Amino acid sequence: MRAFYISLKYLVICLWSMFVVAPFLWALSTSFKDFNSVTSGATYIPWVDFEPTLEGWRVLLRSPAQGGVDIVEPYINSILVTCLASLLSIILGTLAAYALSRYTFKAGFIKNSDITFFFISQRIMPPIVLSIPFFIMLGKLGLLDTLAGLILVYIVLLMPIAVWIMVDFFNKVPIEIDETALIDGCNPLQAFWRVVLPNSVPGLIVAGMFCMIFGWTDFFFAFILTFTEVQLLPVAIVALNSSITPWWSLSASALVSVAPLIIVAFIVERYLSKGNLSGALK
Amino acid sequence: MGLIAQNLTLKPDHEFHLNNISFEMQEGQLYTILGRTLSGKTTLMKTIAGLITPDSGTLSMAGQDFAEIPVWNRKVAMVYQQFINYPHLKVFDNVAFPLKVRKLPAAEIAQKVAHALEQVGLTGFEDRKIQALSGGQQQRVALARSLVKDARILLLDEPLVNLDYKLREQLREEFRNIFNADVSQSSILIYSSTDPLEAMQLGGSIIVLDEGRVLQQASAQDIFEYPATTRVAEIANDPAMNLMQGTLADGMIVVNETIKIPLPKHLQHLTPGAYVFGVRADRVSPAKDGMGFEVELSEINGSETFLHLKNQDQTLVGLLPWVQDFNLNERVNIAIDAAWLYAFDQSGQLLKSPYDEVE
Repeated sequence: MRAFYISLKYLVICLWSMFVVAPFLWALSTSFKDFNSVTSGATYIPWVDFEPTLEGWRVLLRSPAQGGVDIVEPYINSILVTCLASLLSIILGTLAAYALSRYTFKAGFIKNSDITFFFISQRIMPPIVLSIPFFIMLGKLGLLDTLAGLILVYIVLLMPIAVWIMVDFFNKVPIEIDETALIDGCNPLQAFWRVVLPNSVPGLIVAGMFCMIFGWTDFFFAFILTFTEVQLLPVAIVALNSSITPWWSLSASALVSVAPLIIVAFIVERYLSKGNLSGALK
Repeated sequence: MGLIAQNLTLKPDHEFHLNNISFEMQEGQLYTILGRTLSGKTTLMKTIAGLITPDSGTLSMAGQDFAEIPVWNRKVAMVYQQFINYPHLKVFDNVAFPLKVRKLPAAEIAQKVAHALEQVGLTGFEDRKIQALSGGQQQRVALARSLVKDARILLLDEPLVNLDYKLREQLREEFRNIFNADVSQSSILIYSSTDPLEAMQLGGSIIVLDEGRVLQQASAQDIFEYPATTRVAEIANDPAMNLMQGTLADGMIVVNETIKIPLPKHLQHLTPGAYVFGVRADRVSPAKDGMGFEVELSEINGSETFLHLKNQDQTLVGLLPWVQDFNLNERVNIAIDAAWLYAFDQSGQLLKSPYDEVE
């Protein structure tokens, strides 16, 4: 009976893994196909089902003048926008979360928990509601089609995530630790910087990871708020689609675009599973 | 000059956390704040440390008004009942933290930390992680950190309460030695406890706190011999002093039809009338010709037996210095040693103590 349950467990895990991994494998095999292999029905295994070619990948490296597509610049743009927006969101969000966790705010019926909810409620709204206001505001500020404008908008989207995660995290750090730091001669800013922050590294990593994932994968705002000057990776990839869909280079660029997230996930996962971070605070 | 508190009051909602607290503490002395849970001990300590600002009243140290000095400049140290250390730092860095904040030279830090760790018996643990230490060791680190910085006021908020019994005994002894030997004559030591026994053992001056109010401040011996009110008598004794509502008439103390106690010598000058009489649990014992009580509960604690007794509405706790099994609802005859009776007036103020000198 025990063996049955174990095999059932592994069966479920395998099925789910296939479900998750299959699209990646599909994209990987497609990236090595040419026009004929893609259109001649479902083929799976290179050299057996179809003859692999590196054309899909070569296109990515070739300059547009030579018939390639330029994803290097959108790639750099995406990295810049995601990292800067995440960093600023984490800095602002962590400070806001610390204040919400440690100090009492009161304005009429509005209390700390309400303010926290206001932050989170930004994410409850469907993004399309914000598209027109953002478009008009950035237009007035002259920030349409610029990296700075995108970073500004992404901070609005990412900071609530940082606040939400960090408020929860700070609430679990005993306030006596802050108090001890004050008693030991730190002013409030030193107490935050020297004691609270070093003990919040796990929360910062989790919040940072979420911010990077949401920032990196956003298509909607990158699509609406940019035209020709600035292009982010998700938009650039979609723009590859022309009269003939180049499935091979689309697949290759899609794989290239998820690579940074996979690398981040691996690093964080290794770091978390070492147990260095979890249980730092009893 | 010392630490002087005048009319400290804190009333955040509808209840007083601190109610008009005044005291004077001298350098080089140990003060124990004795009070039950939620009596305001921690609030008072945090107010002294500067973590809580009172609604009204003043605190001054050596003639300097504390209101103008923020926490981080007050030169106080505090040990919490939870084991609070900096989880991201090793033992050495935990103890060195206050000195590093003050930017002392590294050599001086190393020497002071080594001395503090030696005081608390943690030499050799410098590179350990805090999480790798036991509860008692963690609390020693916290104590070392509070000793290392030559604080003017050292606050210890029930530092031993979360430790197991054996360790508590051992650490209490060590603490006392450290205080006696190492805490300088220029600092004030304030220790809070719920345990009367602990307060008595530590010696020094005891401040009895209840519902944010100072009920009595006196030496351990005075608190024991002359509890100012019935409430002090309850708080400063474990088990709490037994209190009986009774009438004094015709040379007899009458509590109810069966509980009648002949008037002892030291109470003879009381005028007849209604009083509250108090007697410690160890003066309540079984006797052949005693008064009839029912056993409500009996528990054996080490080499002693706690006997919870009831006669009509009157309950008594007896502490017998031997081990004996009693059955539930068993009838026992109980004698109350009249020579050790306290008499309080109807408002609870002490009138007569068995330690009064009898003319």
